[in-house]
Amino acid sequence: MAFGEGTAQVRALDGVDLDAHGGEMVALMGPSGSGKTTLLMVLGGLLRPQHGAVEVLGKAVTGQSDADLRALRLRRFGFVFQGYQLFPALTALENVALALELKGRDRREATALLDRVGLAARRHHFPAALSGGEKQRVAIARALAGDPAIVLADEPTAALDTANGRAVVALLREVAAEGGRAVVMVTHDPRAGDAAHRVIRMVDGRLAA
Amino acid sequence: MAGLLAWRNLAHDRARLLVTLVGVAFAVALVAIQAGLFLGFSETATTVIANTRADLWVAAKGTQNFETPSPLGEREYYRLRALPGIADAEPLVVQFLPWRRPAGGDEGVIVVGFDTASGIAGPWRTLAGAVADLRRGDTVAVDRIYLDKLGVRGVGDQAEIAGRRARVAVITDGIRSFTTSPWVFASLRTAREMAGLREGEAHYVIAKVAPGHDPDAVLAAARRALPDALVLRSEQFATRTAHYWIHSTGAGAALFTAALLALVVGSAIVAQVLYATTVDHLAEFGTLRAMGAPARFVRGVIAWQAVIAALLGHATGAALALLAARLSENSTALVVVPLALAAVLFFVTLAMCAAGSVVAARKAATVDPALVFQR
Repeated sequence: MAFGEGTAQVRALDGVDLDAHGGEMVALMGPSGSGKTTLLMVLGGLLRPQHGAVEVLGKAVTGQSDADLRALRLRRFGFVFQGYQLFPALTALENVALALELKGRDRREATALLDRVGLAARRHHFPAALSGGEKQRVAIARALAGDPAIVLADEPTAALDTANGRAVVALLREVAAEGGRAVVMVTHDPRAGDAAHRVIRMVDGRLAA
Repeated sequence: MAGLLAWRNLAHDRARLLVTLVGVAFAVALVAIQAGLFLGFSETATTVIANTRADLWVAAKGTQNFETPSPLGEREYYRLRALPGIADAEPLVVQFLPWRRPAGGDEGVIVVGFDTASGIAGPWRTLAGAVADLRRGDTVAVDRIYLDKLGVRGVGDQAEIAGRRARVAVITDGIRSFTTSPWVFASLRTAREMAGLREGEAHYVIAKVAPGHDPDAVLAAARRALPDALVLRSEQFATRTAHYWIHSTGAGAALFTAALLALVVGSAIVAQVLYATTVDHLAEFGTLRAMGAPARFVRGVIAWQAVIAALLGHATGAALALLAARLSENSTALVVVPLALAAVLFFVTLAMCAAGSVVAARKAATVDPALVFQR
């Protein structure tokens, strides 16, 4: 996967070959600029690789149209973003309900999802009134809307203190185990790496030995 | 949820929401007032014709509007009166004349001289005095709206019209003139004396069709009997007069242009605000796209914002326009804002806000979802 042309070209991914299975949490680790987030976006159908193939649940998705990739993301993926990316004008409950509505599910499932992450009591609070850890747990509840097969998490503990970071990683590991989901997590946090079932290290767009 | 997100995003920034509403309300009020002025002008331009209980009007050939006729002799009056199907016919004098205020200074007025006995023509709404009081010599009726302009305060006050004494005997209620010159009603005799017309001279002959006779048939007969005159039904003369003042003078075009500009300005304000709001919330739209939300959902959020802006802005603007209409009741320029106009204006407002949301919707729907992963 390369960006730019000629002498300005940057090979963000080069010869990367990995797979992730249901029930496991995989940590992608490496220094900044190693291609971790780029790989995550390729996995989520947000970037198309120039070479190679991506398969999701046994089905090739590399040649699909943007509309098909979008629909696939909606049906099969849940995302947890580094900056939470919650909608500030919606309550915790409404943030999760929005994801449910987009996926064609009953909005009333939102309370159960927030309960799953331990935030049912805070469901009527706006993101501004939540702590960093609480916001990320709301984001995880939102990512679980629609029961996705794959959860992609981009630096989910980057803005959190140690205790909250540990709690979020533990939650993601439970999410992988209980639903038979594949959780792929980009992280700099060595403690997060320790909690993963498998760690894949990357350097300069390549998998490190 | 699209509607909820739209409302919450708009309400999140109160100052910007206020700017949006002020912009839309301004546009709505301006369009409504321009339309209201147009309706008011149309009503005012034809008010004397509409409130004269005549079926037919005879004027000099080429007469374009009620206010600027040419003199007619007696022949038209007698020929019309003699036609079968005519119940009654009478002359009407309409003449621009100078009014000298008691304290000095001149104003132009339009003197309308009518038969005080027949009840066909004359002032139709009075506040003080009675139409019969105009049978006395040199008496006139003026409207309450123009008392200050004419320098009089009420019944009994005196002024001069074309050098002749004019004593206020009747005050009318809200009979506006389309021009800057107020109507002054007087008896036929008084009006002729003021206008320097001979006995029998007038500017119009107006007639009532007898019951049981087809007005169109009588009209046709009158035209055959008076080939050198302009003979029209009352509503035809009203339309002719309105068309002249609204279209031939450019007043209608001016009002239309102002209304159109108001719509353009309103759209521009909505477009700018919705675009700014969208840019502010671009990360959220990127998140939606990353999650897999279809473009139509994202566009739906923007569309809802446009609808909300239209609803709130229209309500405010329409209220302002109705207030302006109420305040105009005591002014020389009447603004007419019927509820039907306000209702039609809602859809115009919706279209205006929708047009203003196009660029914002495109921006939101095409945002790169990878944006949310950027450091």
